[in-house]
Amino acid sequence: MRRSHSPLTSPTRGVTVSVVRLVALMTASLTSAQAADADPNASVSIGSLYEPQNLDNTAGAGQGINEAFNGNVYEALFRLSDSGAVEPVLAKDYKVSEDGLTYTFTLQPGVKFHSGEPLTARDVKYSIERVTAPDSKSSRKNSLKGIASIETPDDATVVIKLSARSISLPYNLSYVWIVNDAAKDLKSSEDGTGPYKLGDWRRGSSLSLARFDGYWGSKPANGGVTFRYFTDATALNNALLTGAVDIITSVQSPDSLKQFQTNKSFTVAEGQSTTKLLLAYNDRVAPFDNVKVRKALARAIDKKKLLNAIWGDRGLVIGSFVPPTDPWYVDLTKVDDYNVESAKALLAEAGFKDGFTFTIDTPNYDPHPLVAQFLQTEYAKIGVKVNINIITANEWYSKVYKAHDFQATLQEHVNHRDIVFYGNPDFYWGYNNPKVVDLVKAAEASTTTDEQTARLKEANTLIAEDAASNWLYLYPQIVVSKASVTGYPVNGLNSQFFASGIRKAGK
Amino acid sequence: MRRSAILLVSVLLASAVLFVLLRLLPGDPANALVSVGADAEQIEAARRQVGSNLPLLQQFLHFLANIAVFDFGVSFVSGAPVLGEIGGRLMVTLPLTLAAFAGSILIAVPIGILAAVRQRTWYGALISIVSQLGIAVPAFWIGILLVTLFAVNLQLFPSGGFPDDGWTAPAESIQALILPVLTITLVMSASLIRYVRSATEDILSSDYLRTARALGATLSGALVRHGIRNGAVPVISILGIELASTLLGAVVIERVFALPGLGSMLLLGIEQRDYPNVQGVLVVSTLLVLIVGFLADVLQRLVDPRLRERVTGGAS
Repeated sequence: MRRSHSPLTSPTRGVTVSVVRLVALMTASLTSAQAADADPNASVSIGSLYEPQNLDNTAGAGQGINEAFNGNVYEALFRLSDSGAVEPVLAKDYKVSEDGLTYTFTLQPGVKFHSGEPLTARDVKYSIERVTAPDSKSSRKNSLKGIASIETPDDATVVIKLSARSISLPYNLSYVWIVNDAAKDLKSSEDGTGPYKLGDWRRGSSLSLARFDGYWGSKPANGGVTFRYFTDATALNNALLTGAVDIITSVQSPDSLKQFQTNKSFTVAEGQSTTKLLLAYNDRVAPFDNVKVRKALARAIDKKKLLNAIWGDRGLVIGSFVPPTDPWYVDLTKVDDYNVESAKALLAEAGFKDGFTFTIDTPNYDPHPLVAQFLQTEYAKIGVKVNINIITANEWYSKVYKAHDFQATLQEHVNHRDIVFYGNPDFYWGYNNPKVVDLVKAAEASTTTDEQTARLKEANTLIAEDAASNWLYLYPQIVVSKASVTGYPVNGLNSQFFASGIRKAGK
Repeated sequence: MRRSAILLVSVLLASAVLFVLLRLLPGDPANALVSVGADAEQIEAARRQVGSNLPLLQQFLHFLANIAVFDFGVSFVSGAPVLGEIGGRLMVTLPLTLAAFAGSILIAVPIGILAAVRQRTWYGALISIVSQLGIAVPAFWIGILLVTLFAVNLQLFPSGGFPDDGWTAPAESIQALILPVLTITLVMSASLIRYVRSATEDILSSDYLRTARALGATLSGALVRHGIRNGAVPVISILGIELASTLLGAVVIERVFALPGLGSMLLLGIEQRDYPNVQGVLVVSTLLVLIVGFLADVLQRLVDPRLRERVTGGAS
């Protein structure tokens, strides 16, 4: 039973390039065509396992707040659409100077906060500085380090000056909520510009969003949404089965899918996930500082069998940290394909003919303990002995993430475009390849996205050839709803769940 | 007066022990506030915010000073006042526990007595077997079974959750609590039946009951007049313990039924190392447990005058 209380224990979501998905998507769009009788004032109830810890994403609110608030309550200058493209929202238009160091944003006119105050450039400046502030806990803080100054020449114009080129600035800004600079206590209330305003938040139970009548954009297709929070995956499934919720945002195991697939009252949709499960080594310490050892450990695992054991025919085996939805995806599954004999040979070359023993720090929630046992069995075949050390998510941060006191650890990483972690030698896994560091830096300083993509593809390939970590698989991402409910998002759900398009047929 | 002083000292002692135990757990409350991608500087900022960078002694003195004025502070993670949240969750936990408690007394006392009186009949044996089964079966399993049957298949009750507006629509709230109450009632009465049965068996073989029967009383008459008063004393202490342990022990049931109760607040708090929340729940529940114990004590004295005399005799 997975819990979402740490930002790390994030949704299980993934991709599968299978016929099943295509069929599911086609059915979803077919039913949406039928949903002409949608009730525009219907209230939609969304079941989720990821309750926010508080309501402020710069104050450690955790994963859940993004699901509930991104694009619903708060908007940013840009957003990542369901298809993964960066599109303008509160920025109507923007210009980049020749040297790439000055971005001038023109704001969307006529935008009002839920409190009734108009959106001005000062709010944008305030909002970005909230994320970069010394006491900000935002995981996006580092990506905005290059901002040298923010100017507001008039109410509708924001000028951001950078200390170095940053081609991802619009992408990074799509995670910066624009809040009213006069707002107080954003931990338990809100003042955003989104199509919904906060209704009521019952800790431990639910969070409701009411339609905001003063919204500048197009009116939501429903009257409001309520996120209902569960800690138990079975209880969540039961809520959908009994009609207490209309949609569940993540399915935890393939077993629980059958009851929905065989029932015409429900729609099972599969989208594209960015959640990767990996065995991360501490590349600083022996024997993991040896490329041959890492490659041997990569080749010794039958990942297809592992994925099948956990997810049946869903999910995807990946050969690197990059999911197919990132622009710099390259199919690298063949680099260290499953091959026990070659794994043994590599170990012998590295001087470990008789194997060695190491410990995997394993988070105590699904699927990690199960996966650790699988790895234990596989590694025994090449003479490598694995000890499994079960730890909580909280301990993981202290021991692994902060103190780097580990040999190897299982972990899921949820974000897209997070290959940049391999360009940071201080990151917990301690991978340090100067070429990759340079490529990641150079990619950010690119003048065109083609240049950026080419550089990151090169970095991606190098990281895979170094077997920097052992990328086990990409989770599937499955959303189940009542058949009468359509128009919900299915992709990239780690960071958002746009509710505005959800339609629910009237009774 | 003396009793309340003891109560107060117990609460303080318990909270001091809890304070130390909590800090012995590996991990850091600041960790709940950061996510992957945070750098050392951000983690330090989080530690400063929750005060986990301070020396332990300083943290403890601070904690004691606040407890003394019954100030539990705000949650590290949500920033919400701890007492307010405990209050909200007690609105679920207290009715749940008390209803289950009352339900299991209503079931267990008559059945337990019946099982003792008619222990040689087939239904006496059956009660014995079923109650043994009830003890062996885990509570969450009974919960899942009831949900599958009454919520998913028959759609008679909601499968979980609690109305957002609390008790403003009592009918809905009661409906949400029926299955969880039933689950706890079944589990609790299984063990209670056995206590009541063995207490009744003791009474049945007692001299005073035989004397009463010899003097012409019927079995049921003798049991009501003399038996219950005597048998109640040990059963009341067991009841006190059961009630106290259900207050937080209902966490498994809260999970199965997605109820926002006190137990799940405690569990979440421990996972996140949210010390103010954990301490708040523990202090309040320690207080509740001590009060229950106190009430059980008073009740026993009321039922059995001998206990009253002994204590007064000793104290004077």
